[in-house]
Amino acid sequence: MTVVATTETLTLNMGPQHPSTHGVLRLVLELEGEVVRKCTPVMGYLHTGIEKEMETRTYHQNVTLVDRIEYLANYNEEMAFYQSVERLFGLEPPPRARYIRVLMCEMNRIASHLMYLGAGAMDLNVSSVFLYCLQDREKFLDLSEMVSGQRMMPGYFRVGGVADDLPEGFVAASRVWLDEMAGRIDEYDRLLTDNLIWRERLEGVALLSAEDAIALGGTGPVLRGSGIAHDLRKVLPYGGYEEFDFDVPVERGCDAFARYRVRMEEMRQARRIALQALDRLPDGPVIVADRKVALPPRAELARSMEAVIHQFKLVSEGMHPPAGETYVATESPRGEKGYFVVSDGSNRPVRVHVRAPSFYNLQTLPAMVEGRPLADVVVAVASIDIVLGDVDR
Amino acid sequence: MDETSILDRLRPHVPWDRVSASEERGGAIVRVPPDALLEVLRAARDRLGLDTCADITAWDRLPREPRFEIVYILGRAGTGDRLMVRTLADGEPPRVPSATDIYRGAGFPEREVYDMFGVVFDGHPDLRRILMPDEWEGHPLRRDFSLFEEPVEFIGHTPKVPSEIIPYFPPGSPSGSGGEPPPR
Amino acid sequence: MGVIRSEQDLERNVLTTTLERLIAWGRGNSVWPAQFGLACCAIEMMCAAGPRFDISRFGSELFRASPRQSDLMIVAGRVSQKMAPVLRHIYDQMLDPKWVISMGDCASTGGLYNNYAVVQGVDKIVPVDVYVAGCPPRPEALLHGLQLLQRKIQTRQTAAATRAT
Repeated sequence: MTVVATTETLTLNMGPQHPSTHGVLRLVLELEGEVVRKCTPVMGYLHTGIEKEMETRTYHQNVTLVDRIEYLANYNEEMAFYQSVERLFGLEPPPRARYIRVLMCEMNRIASHLMYLGAGAMDLNVSSVFLYCLQDREKFLDLSEMVSGQRMMPGYFRVGGVADDLPEGFVAASRVWLDEMAGRIDEYDRLLTDNLIWRERLEGVALLSAEDAIALGGTGPVLRGSGIAHDLRKVLPYGGYEEFDFDVPVERGCDAFARYRVRMEEMRQARRIALQALDRLPDGPVIVADRKVALPPRAELARSMEAVIHQFKLVSEGMHPPAGETYVATESPRGEKGYFVVSDGSNRPVRVHVRAPSFYNLQTLPAMVEGRPLADVVVAVASIDIVLGDVDR
Repeated sequence: MDETSILDRLRPHVPWDRVSASEERGGAIVRVPPDALLEVLRAARDRLGLDTCADITAWDRLPREPRFEIVYILGRAGTGDRLMVRTLADGEPPRVPSATDIYRGAGFPEREVYDMFGVVFDGHPDLRRILMPDEWEGHPLRRDFSLFEEPVEFIGHTPKVPSEIIPYFPPGSPSGSGGEPPPR
Repeated sequence: MGVIRSEQDLERNVLTTTLERLIAWGRGNSVWPAQFGLACCAIEMMCAAGPRFDISRFGSELFRASPRQSDLMIVAGRVSQKMAPVLRHIYDQMLDPKWVISMGDCASTGGLYNNYAVVQGVDKIVPVDVYVAGCPPRPEALLHGLQLLQRKIQTRQTAAATRAT
């Protein structure tokens, strides 16, 4: 009698509710024993219709929706949206506003990467790192609260500038946080980079070749972790980034460890940019003087009838950008974030499309996990650092 | 780095009389008919080295014809080279050839455009809905698809849907016109 | 210490109550939430579990990955039409007694998103005990919501209990 060994694949449904801390992603995995043969991401469990909703709101109202797309990097998200809208208008914010924006975006980048580190470590059961990272992130949220009044959804940027000047004591407070972060990042580095378990778990896991990363549209740390020096702040500078001095960290490991190293170094670089912004923060107005897009200052409303009319028109009708289409790519903590905005000259956009970095990075996931053990899937999902609000919009 | 503009570099490799090229707001744009789309995309990838399909999206031009415009944003990793390729699609369902043979990364975004606009990409290996449930009817981002708002009651006012709180002001509307219902 | 010497000591140290109340007291102070984050509010929920706000002061730090081990579902974020059946499924998998906190405006009423994709309030799918307002609510607000729920549990006035009678 001969025994014929047959293999049968097992279909495993991972999600939409699952222990990893990255939201409602569902992965349909075909397993052969422990090995993943096929991985199909299924998303849309957080589809909110934001793009449709934005077509029925004015440009000013839309910032509220924009904030809630990539909810770990709100300032970067607003930056991306306003880059596109400002290009429609042909506006350039005043220098102080540009520096404030860069400052907030870079501090937000640190906070976002802290969340990656904390949640990624939590997925691998290193829960102490999660607590440390949250502790540091809270301090950024305090700063965010100082400038905007909100911890997470600031709504601080405006077309042509920012809503208000930095509050008293903010510069000193952010300097304190940034100084503290220098030591903290080194501490995480010592805690994790030389940690044998951490390295064994990340090195050689979730491999993504440079060809695959480029072809599948991977961006941000996923691309830079595969050895491609592509940072939109360098190659296509926007919003004043050409005035800052920073390096683009690149790792050639192509694995989860390389992505971790890239993000650690990016936190240091973001700190460097933020400190430069603080050092060189120019004086002057924080929003353009064009009354067709920017609200008149409060003091003017008491004296000038014209200011009151402008205020009324802007609040009750909104602004009318010239007709046209535009797309500006920006570098969010997760990669290329761009808004494709179509205007017909009315007070509402005809179409707003969000180029979501997590959406494209998720497309690289099957290439990372197919042919690898099941346990590596969690590491791979953590290493691309997806935000489901960004994937599903 | 090549100093000539990206459009000049593209010119010898595509049937230039069938496309219209322009520079708008600092970006290079090529408008092509659907049957020349793949040829232009292939030339962009092979001749210009634009190896990344950064994004594919569409928008509904209702009431103009052809109704849909599909937008491809191409880029080259490591450089700032960017090219926007745009094509118009008509019919019901509107059809364009799929770019998945040229750019593997076109798989997800083409599914999204299909899901949201109902544009069929011929030759796509797995054209299914991606964001909405499989059994969903309609394509949400079409201009004639209703937003399905529920009226919200504000004390002392008749119930309103949120999108009417600030009304639609068409381009060039006279001052004090009060706005009008948006085109649907 | 611990030795009862007289009748007076006995009166000082012994409480009499009903078994039902004792159970409710225990349940109320050890509510285990399901790890069920949907959107932005989930980040604030994580902050509530973090070092500054420390939800474990209220006995709820054990976020369970399996709905079968948890008795509180914090619906943290917008519930899409695609997620709604899944959410109901997870709720059904939780063992009785179970409670639901609707965290944030989106889960409570649909919030900002009055459109085709979002369920206008999670109470259309599952019975909700406590609504926490805010977009997103601060962690303190969630903790307040949790305390309200504890009071409800201890006085046995939860949505599921009301519906059963």
